[in-house]
Amino acid sequence: MSILIDEKTPILVQGITGDKGSFHTKEMIDYGSNVVAGVTPGKGGKTHHGVPVFNTVREAVRETGAQASITFVAPAFCADAIMEAADSGVRLICSITDGIPAQDMMRVKRYFLRFPKDRRPMLVGPNCAGIISPGKAMLGIMPGHIYKQGAVGLISRSGTLGYEAASQLKALGIGISTSVGIGGDPINGSSFLDHLVLFDKDPETEAVLIIGEIGGPQEAEASAWIKENFSKPVIGFVAGLTAPKGRRMGHAGAIISATGDSAAEKTEIMKSYGLTVAPSPAEFGSTVAKVLQSA
Amino acid sequence: MDVHEYQAKEILASHGVDIPPGTVAFSPDQAVYAATELGGSHWVVKAQIHAGARGKAGGVKLCRTYHEVQQAARDLLGKRLVTAQTGPEGKPVQRVYVEVADPFEREIYLGYVLDRKLERVRVIASKHGGMDIEEIAKNTPEELLQVIVEPAVGLQQFQARELAFQLGLNLKQVSRAVKTIMGAYRAFRDNDATMLEINPLVVTKDDKVLALDAKMSFDDNALFRRRNIVDMNDPSQSDPREAQALEHALNYIGLDGEIGCIVNGAGLAMATMDMIKHAGGNPANFLDVGGGASPERVATAFRLVLSDRRVKAVLVNIFAGINRCDWVAQGVVDAVRAEKIEGVPLVVRLAGTNVEAGKKIIAESGIPIIQADTLAEAAERAVAAYKGAK
Repeated sequence: MSILIDEKTPILVQGITGDKGSFHTKEMIDYGSNVVAGVTPGKGGKTHHGVPVFNTVREAVRETGAQASITFVAPAFCADAIMEAADSGVRLICSITDGIPAQDMMRVKRYFLRFPKDRRPMLVGPNCAGIISPGKAMLGIMPGHIYKQGAVGLISRSGTLGYEAASQLKALGIGISTSVGIGGDPINGSSFLDHLVLFDKDPETEAVLIIGEIGGPQEAEASAWIKENFSKPVIGFVAGLTAPKGRRMGHAGAIISATGDSAAEKTEIMKSYGLTVAPSPAEFGSTVAKVLQSA
Repeated sequence: MDVHEYQAKEILASHGVDIPPGTVAFSPDQAVYAATELGGSHWVVKAQIHAGARGKAGGVKLCRTYHEVQQAARDLLGKRLVTAQTGPEGKPVQRVYVEVADPFEREIYLGYVLDRKLERVRVIASKHGGMDIEEIAKNTPEELLQVIVEPAVGLQQFQARELAFQLGLNLKQVSRAVKTIMGAYRAFRDNDATMLEINPLVVTKDDKVLALDAKMSFDDNALFRRRNIVDMNDPSQSDPREAQALEHALNYIGLDGEIGCIVNGAGLAMATMDMIKHAGGNPANFLDVGGGASPERVATAFRLVLSDRRVKAVLVNIFAGINRCDWVAQGVVDAVRAEKIEGVPLVVRLAGTNVEAGKKIIAESGIPIIQADTLAEAAERAVAAYKGAK
């Protein structure tokens, strides 16, 4: 099994006819994802990569039964695209877009509260690499071939650092059940915690690797929950030990601005809640291997 | 993006926040002229830099005569002001703000932040203004007041009124404080600010409520719709390396180490810096060339990193995803040739798609590039190369 997506999940692409949307739609189809629809306002009625294109998400969902969407929409319009997908009944929305204003995301999160908890969509990202269940389906922009199918769950704020971890694991013959990029923005959709809950219930996942970075409370929140509730071993890492205070390190959300934001503090918090912390970003693979052997 | 105090005050004033009369000046003569125009008998001349703690560092001068105003402006302009928040190099003072100095009775703290945990705007206030918020939180945490703004409706009058009464203000002051609290919230919301601090907000003998100092930061992601804020940018306040990087849309942060870094992806860039430290070296910079890592961007990145004289070795770490290693490798080789990079050891680690083809291009280029297979190897070799070159 895997979490969030598999080869059957019907996917729609928002912004399918743009350069990026078009390119990655092809990559996703080639990987085996079940892409059933595309949306570009004004291009409805056409087909793109053999996929029917619609003017609105509502129409696309009604005609194709799409359940998951991925947004390749410019930052200025992306909050709107996310809310459109949510309102049309899409249950999993993955937003790749980097550069959405924080106040727009605040409104998106507030908008999501209008859905009762059991029907609230799951938002992954924005500013993320997406989701991959290796060997099954990809809802993202990652290079699929660096992921081996297997039993480790991976959650990472950073895209390329997630790739680094996946390839270290593959080099040691260790596979991944699902990898989720939760993104580098200060206000984002789902957190480490949201996906840990899913990995906990997934019988195929035997251990989880979570890769955080400086800024924000998510790593601490997840660590506290893990100690009380999580039944499988968790390996953690926080990037940015050498990052100076008050400076934005590429990602909009990677900034040390409050107590508990630094990599050193988060690493200590992870350890205090019983996570195994990888000593360096070169040791994701070896640390996971050790934990799997002793489990 | 940050702005100067006088710019933050302009924004606040346009949203109904009362401020003392003041004018920005670029020369001592302008400062004197400003004082004569403003009237009054006492003025403060304040250095305009993108950092706080100016008072303790001598950046704020109280003047009683026009001559003193001129002298204060002369002392400040053209100098670098070093405060507890600037780092040892300080920030250049190219403008001063001349403001009428009237006596006040009380100092209050008023701040607005985007709270990441709550995903809402949080308004913070305290009876004890004039010191920084960390100090207030440490000394009198029980007197820290706050309200959370519901994003669907925005800050409400009753919330501002509650804060004002809790601050212990009299009726006349309360109505003025409510106007200030609401106005500052609109200034925050309507300009996509991420932080706004009025510290101190002062109360005068005649019950006026005035923003005496103000600090604002804005969401870089929202600048596309805030041209008024972009126009306030003062590049002299940024590290020149960073200002140059910004022109090329590269994510660059200058640091103090010796090993220059060129990496794709923010997380991997941070991890690469961490790895250099782990291997016994110090990174000279954070640099994310972006997911694409096109040859042009790699060439620009080399120029930028090597313009830093402290750099004694360069580490390129590219995890090729959608782009391919052979393409990135060719970009690196072309950049090294075009930029005539000599005398600085260069370590390249490629991983991901078409890695073997990429390594072959580098090996056959005839350029003395040290290759590495893993992140650990790359960092160790870069540190060893730096120590060998030293």
